[in-house]
Amino acid sequence: MDFTFSEDQRLFQESVRDFLVKEVTPERIRRGWESETGREDGLWAQLAELGLTGITVPEEYGGLGMSELDFVLLAQECGYVALPEPLVHTVLVAVPLLRELGGELAAAWLPKIAAGEAKVAVGLGQNLLLEDAHVADLLLLERDSALYALTPEQVSLRHNESVDPSRKLYAVEVTADVAPVASGGQAAALVTSALDRGALGCAAQALGLAQRMIDLSVQYTSERQQFGKPIGSFQAVKHHMADVAVRLEYAKAPVHRAAYAVANAEVIAPQAVSHAKLVACEAANLAAKHSIQVHGAMGYTWEVDLHIFMKKAWALSNTWGDPGFHKARVADYIFSDGASLGAGGTFS
Amino acid sequence: MNLAYTQEQQAFREEVRGWLADNVPATPLESFDTEEGFRQHRAWEATLNAGRWGMVTWPEELGGRGCDLVEWLIFEEEYYRAGAPLRVNQNGIFLLGPTLMEYGTEEQKARILPKMASGEEVWSQGWSEPNAGSDMAAIRSRAELVGDKYIINGQKTWSTRAVWADWCFGMFRTDPDSERHHGLTFILVPLDSPGITVRPIPQLDGLPGFAEIFFDNVEVSVDNRLGDEGAGWRVAMATAGFERGLMLRSPARFQETARRLVELYRENRESADRDPSLRDAVIRAYLDAESYCLATYQTACRLSQGGRIGAESSTNKIFWSELDQNMHTTAMSILGARAELLPHAPEAKGVGSWLDGFLFSQSGPIYAGTNEIQRNIIAERMLGMPR
Repeated sequence: MDFTFSEDQRLFQESVRDFLVKEVTPERIRRGWESETGREDGLWAQLAELGLTGITVPEEYGGLGMSELDFVLLAQECGYVALPEPLVHTVLVAVPLLRELGGELAAAWLPKIAAGEAKVAVGLGQNLLLEDAHVADLLLLERDSALYALTPEQVSLRHNESVDPSRKLYAVEVTADVAPVASGGQAAALVTSALDRGALGCAAQALGLAQRMIDLSVQYTSERQQFGKPIGSFQAVKHHMADVAVRLEYAKAPVHRAAYAVANAEVIAPQAVSHAKLVACEAANLAAKHSIQVHGAMGYTWEVDLHIFMKKAWALSNTWGDPGFHKARVADYIFSDGASLGAGGTFS
Repeated sequence: MNLAYTQEQQAFREEVRGWLADNVPATPLESFDTEEGFRQHRAWEATLNAGRWGMVTWPEELGGRGCDLVEWLIFEEEYYRAGAPLRVNQNGIFLLGPTLMEYGTEEQKARILPKMASGEEVWSQGWSEPNAGSDMAAIRSRAELVGDKYIINGQKTWSTRAVWADWCFGMFRTDPDSERHHGLTFILVPLDSPGITVRPIPQLDGLPGFAEIFFDNVEVSVDNRLGDEGAGWRVAMATAGFERGLMLRSPARFQETARRLVELYRENRESADRDPSLRDAVIRAYLDAESYCLATYQTACRLSQGGRIGAESSTNKIFWSELDQNMHTTAMSILGARAELLPHAPEAKGVGSWLDGFLFSQSGPIYAGTNEIQRNIIAERMLGMPR
C-alpha cells in the first residue's frame, strides 16, 4: 500500500506547472477568444515538444508510454491555468481510445499525435456536443452503439457557443457512408472506458480550477480594503474560503484513486471515476460560488479574470456525464447486494 | 503508487480479525459514562493489552507492536467492523501517550505508560476553563512551584471521562505575570489528590461524560511536569497535533456509520423515498466517508515516508464532524416518528443506536477546537489570509 506519487511524478508536475503558469496567462486566453479558432498552433507545438501530447502514446509510436496516473497531476495543472488547448482530451480520451482500437488506426494516428502534428476528437453518446471538432484531423464518434472514425471531410459541423469562450463545441452531422471501427460489445466497452477517462479529466481539471479560484480570492481579499482593513481579515469572508479548502482537500484523494483505478483497469474504475467527478466538480462549483461572492461586484465583471476559471468549472461539472449520471452510477453500486461497503472495503 | 495491501498487511488484518472474533464481548458493554460501564470498559482495555492489541503503534517494549500508520488504519478497520467497545482511555492512549513518548523523561514513561496501556490508570483531560474555551491561551488556573511540589488552584471544565478517571493532564499558569501562551506548564494530576473536587456534568444523553474539576491547594510532585516549566503550550500543541487526530478519528468509524446508513435506507426505502433528498443524503454520506478514508490513507502513506503535515490538517476535523452530523441527521429522518424513541422504548423497533449517535454527533463540531476556530486556522495558516 503506497498512496503517494513518486518523486518523478511530482517533479514532472512542477515543471509543467511552471511552464503553463508562465505561458498560459489570462491575457493569452483572452487573446484566444478574439482569434478565429481559439487555438494556437504555436502553443500546441510547445506542448508536443515537452512530450505532453504523447504522454500516453506507447513508446513504439513515439510517445512516452506513460499512464493515466502519470498524467493526472498534470491535468490538475491544465485546470489551474484553464488551458484552452485540448491536451487533457487528447491524452486521456483520444490516445487511449486509439490505443485500445489498435491496428492501422493506432499506427497511423498515434505517432502524429505524439509529434503534435494531429489532433483527434472523441464524441460519445453522453456528450451532447463534440469538443474541438473544428481543429480535429480525425473524429471518433459513437453513433447507434458503434464507433466510427471520420475525417473532417466526412462530417459537417455546427458551432455552439459556450458560456466559456475557450470551449469550442460542435454538433456533428455525418455526411459520408462509412463502416464502423467497432461495434457491439467491443464498442460498448470502449465507450465506457472513454467516458471514464473523459470524466477523470474533468475531475482533475476541477481540482486545479478550484485551487486557482482560491488563490485569486485570497489575493483579492488580502488587498481589497473596507472599514479600514483587508476584507480577508473578516471571519465571514475567511470561512467562505475555508469551506472551499475543506471540500477541495477531500476531493484530491478520490481523483488520484480514480486515476489509479483507470490506469490499472480495475473493476471499480467506473464508481471511482464517478465519485471523483462528483466531489471534484462540487469543490470547483463551491469555489466559484464563494469566490465570486468575496470578489463582490468585481467578480461579476468581464474584466476580472475570475470568470475564466468559474465558467470552465461550471461547464466541466455538467459534461462527460452530468451529476445525475455519475450519482446514478454510484447509487447503482452502493444499493446493490454485492457492494463492498464499510470499514476495510475501500481497497478490497 | 500501489493501492494493494502487501501480504504482510493482509496477514496482519487476518490476525487482528481472528483475535477480535475470539475476544470481543458478545453483549455490548454498558456506556462508559456509567460506573458499571466504566468498569467494563477498563476491563476490556486490560484484555486488549494482554493480547498486545491495546496500542499497536506503540513500541514493543511498551506492549505495542511498532505498527506504522497504514497498519494502524487496518487495525481500526477491523476493530470497527467487529463492533468492539469504544476506547475508555482514549485521552491517555491516543493523546497523552504519544506526547509522553516525545516529551516525557525515561522515569515518567516507565511509571506512566504501562499502567495507561493496561487501563489500570484511565486519563481525563483538563484543557478548558470557564473563561478559556476557544481561547485556550486565556487559562488562569495557577500552579506554583514550592520546593519539589506544585500547588495548584483553579478550575477546569468539560473534562471528558473525569468522573471515574484516575488522572488528568492539562495546562496551568506557572508564571503569574505571564500572558497568553507564555508561562503555561503541562502538568499531570492524580485525581485522588487532596483538595480536588470533581463535579460531574450530565451531557445531552443525561450521563456524566464530562466534569468540572476544582483545585484547592492541590499538591502535585514536580515529577509530574511534562516538558519544561513554561513550555506547556508547545507540549499541548503536540498533543493536539494531527497524527493524534488521525489516530483518534480514523475513517473506519465513519465508514461503518455510512454502511449502516445505506442498510437503514434500503430497509426503509418505501417511506424514505417520499423525501427524495434522503436518498441523495445517503449517497453523499457514502461518498464523503470514502473520501475521508482515501484522504487519510494518502496522508498516512505520505507521513510514513517522512512527509510532514501542515495546516491543511485542520480540514480534517471539519470534514469528519460535519459528515458524522449529516449522517446521523439523515438516519433520524429515515426513522421518522421512531427517531426520538430511546432504544428500550416498547415501540422503538429497528432504531438501533442511531439516537445515541445523533446526540454524540452534535458534539463533534464543538470539541477539540470548534469548527469556527478550525476555519480561522485554515484561512490564516493554510490559505494565508490576513489576520
